[in-house]
Amino acid sequence: MRPYLLKGHERPLTQLKFNREGDLLFSCAKDPHPTLWYSSDGQRVGTYIGHNGAVPSCDVSLDSSRLLTASQDSSAKLWDVETGECLHTFKFQAPCRAVAFSLGEQHAAISTDAFMAQPSLIHIVKLAEDPADQESEPEISFTCPKGRISRVAFTDGNTTLLAVSEDGYVRRYDVETGKMLQEEHIHEGYIQDMQMSTDGTHFVTASLDKTAKLVDAQTLEVLKTYVTERNANSAALSPIFDHVLIGGGQEASQVTTTSSRAGRFEARFFHKIYEEEFASCRGHFGPINATAFHPDGRSFVTGGEDGYVRLHHFDNDYFSARFF
Amino acid sequence: MAATKMRWGDTLDDDDTLPPTTVTPPDAKGVKTITEYRKNDNGDIIKSVTRIRVSKVERKIYKVEHERRKWARFGAAKGQVAGDSVTVQAAEEIPLDRVQKKQTREEKKESDMKTVMQSSDKSAIVGSLKDMLYKRRMERQLAAARGGLAPEKPPEEDGEGGSLPTAGSKAGGYVPPSLRNRGAAGEGDSMRRREENSVRVTNLSEDTREDDLRELFSPFGSISRIYIAYDRETGENRGFAFVNFMYKDDAQRAIEKLDGYGYDNLILRVEWAQPRAERS
Repeated sequence: MRPYLLKGHERPLTQLKFNREGDLLFSCAKDPHPTLWYSSDGQRVGTYIGHNGAVPSCDVSLDSSRLLTASQDSSAKLWDVETGECLHTFKFQAPCRAVAFSLGEQHAAISTDAFMAQPSLIHIVKLAEDPADQESEPEISFTCPKGRISRVAFTDGNTTLLAVSEDGYVRRYDVETGKMLQEEHIHEGYIQDMQMSTDGTHFVTASLDKTAKLVDAQTLEVLKTYVTERNANSAALSPIFDHVLIGGGQEASQVTTTSSRAGRFEARFFHKIYEEEFASCRGHFGPINATAFHPDGRSFVTGGEDGYVRLHHFDNDYFSARFF
Repeated sequence: MAATKMRWGDTLDDDDTLPPTTVTPPDAKGVKTITEYRKNDNGDIIKSVTRIRVSKVERKIYKVEHERRKWARFGAAKGQVAGDSVTVQAAEEIPLDRVQKKQTREEKKESDMKTVMQSSDKSAIVGSLKDMLYKRRMERQLAAARGGLAPEKPPEEDGEGGSLPTAGSKAGGYVPPSLRNRGAAGEGDSMRRREENSVRVTNLSEDTREDDLRELFSPFGSISRIYIAYDRETGENRGFAFVNFMYKDDAQRAIEKLDGYGYDNLILRVEWAQPRAERS
């Protein structure tokens, strides 16, 4: 593999996201400009200019026309993907962290961190057909137990919302009433990332407790545990194989105290069923913060603390090799 | 005049126009040949032939994807030129490294042996043992031929002793608990232990080493000691060895399986070792 190195960000990456067809790649970092790339050759298409703080997450609509970003400048912005124009700004009282479109993009969920006396909240906003008459006020806001909400996702035909949080819990909320329906303590540390499988039946979480876990989306039961021995910052599921891509590594503040080999900054591939690591791919100089699989499973992307995004297209032997 | 000094050949060349560039269509292997003619500074005609392999990569893309390829750049990418190197392809080939299984090769061999032992097919056992031991010996002979391996020094006739510290050899030095208080009583005790579950192997070939025997016998059970009698002068073994097993039934099985087993074109004789007193 000869990966493309995308040098668009000056700060650590936070999330990488492909659109539905997989030709567009969105990257968010701790700098204020989310960036759009072509996934086939890594060309930069544009940057979304308007935020004033780090952008912890983004989501793209199914038809790739709208992008929603959450920023630590206490706002969430809705963008026109093609032109980079900001269509609407949702203003909040606290830094925003997670965003997700509902299926069909009628609604969106935005989480805000605990700030001053305010607890962490999840806001459900209704999205207007025409961005000109978009309302800023959320339809419903509900409070969550302490801890930042790092990722959210709509499930069950938009009736419930899954949220993973800093305290190691995954919680299910009723979208209409904001009532918490279920909570499970699945990790001992901060859950950094959650990515749904293509069919939405299960999801993978990555946590600072040095494990990634495969969780049933219906029962919130932990199905598989992948032990990484280093912080797991992000995990992605291959859409075509039983492979899990886990990015992480030694904490950035500890990097200079040990040899680079000990940091384990490789993108690591685990078998989804056997829970065993079978391959790794080096490249980053610091921990990997974000990972994503292309929807066709033929390429993957990693974003590091070093500010680089590495876009890998698998060689043919990945598809023919028998790893087990 | 300069013109008159020119040779006729040169003027002829000057008049001559360069042959046209020819391009042959790709042949069966997809190789396209471009023949070009040009003049260098000295006026010589240079023919350059470029062969290009043409390959067609077909990729299905979505219609919307094709539309989106035409999007105008925006934001920071607007004034971007090719030289900005925002996107670079790594020069280095980054492989997808296979993660080695935790099991080492030795362990694997052992577990393979165990599975072979469980299946009671004796021919399979004999076959795999032979292969393994033959390979071992060949490797060693190669190393010896290269001079990498010094001829092994015959160890002390009495297996133990040697490097192991004995009580009182150095005042105040560390003595392992098993060797402490080695008086007359202890001597007899260890002697008995040495003879416990001891199997005598005779008719060994001269170049058999302890490792070979360990490989041969370890599938039957854990081994506590292997002793090979070496010749003091030649450093070769004297054709017999003792193998002590931890458990008696392992030793019994080893005797059953390996007695009469053809090893290194000699037929091994494996039997219970006689107690020392009876032997003399």
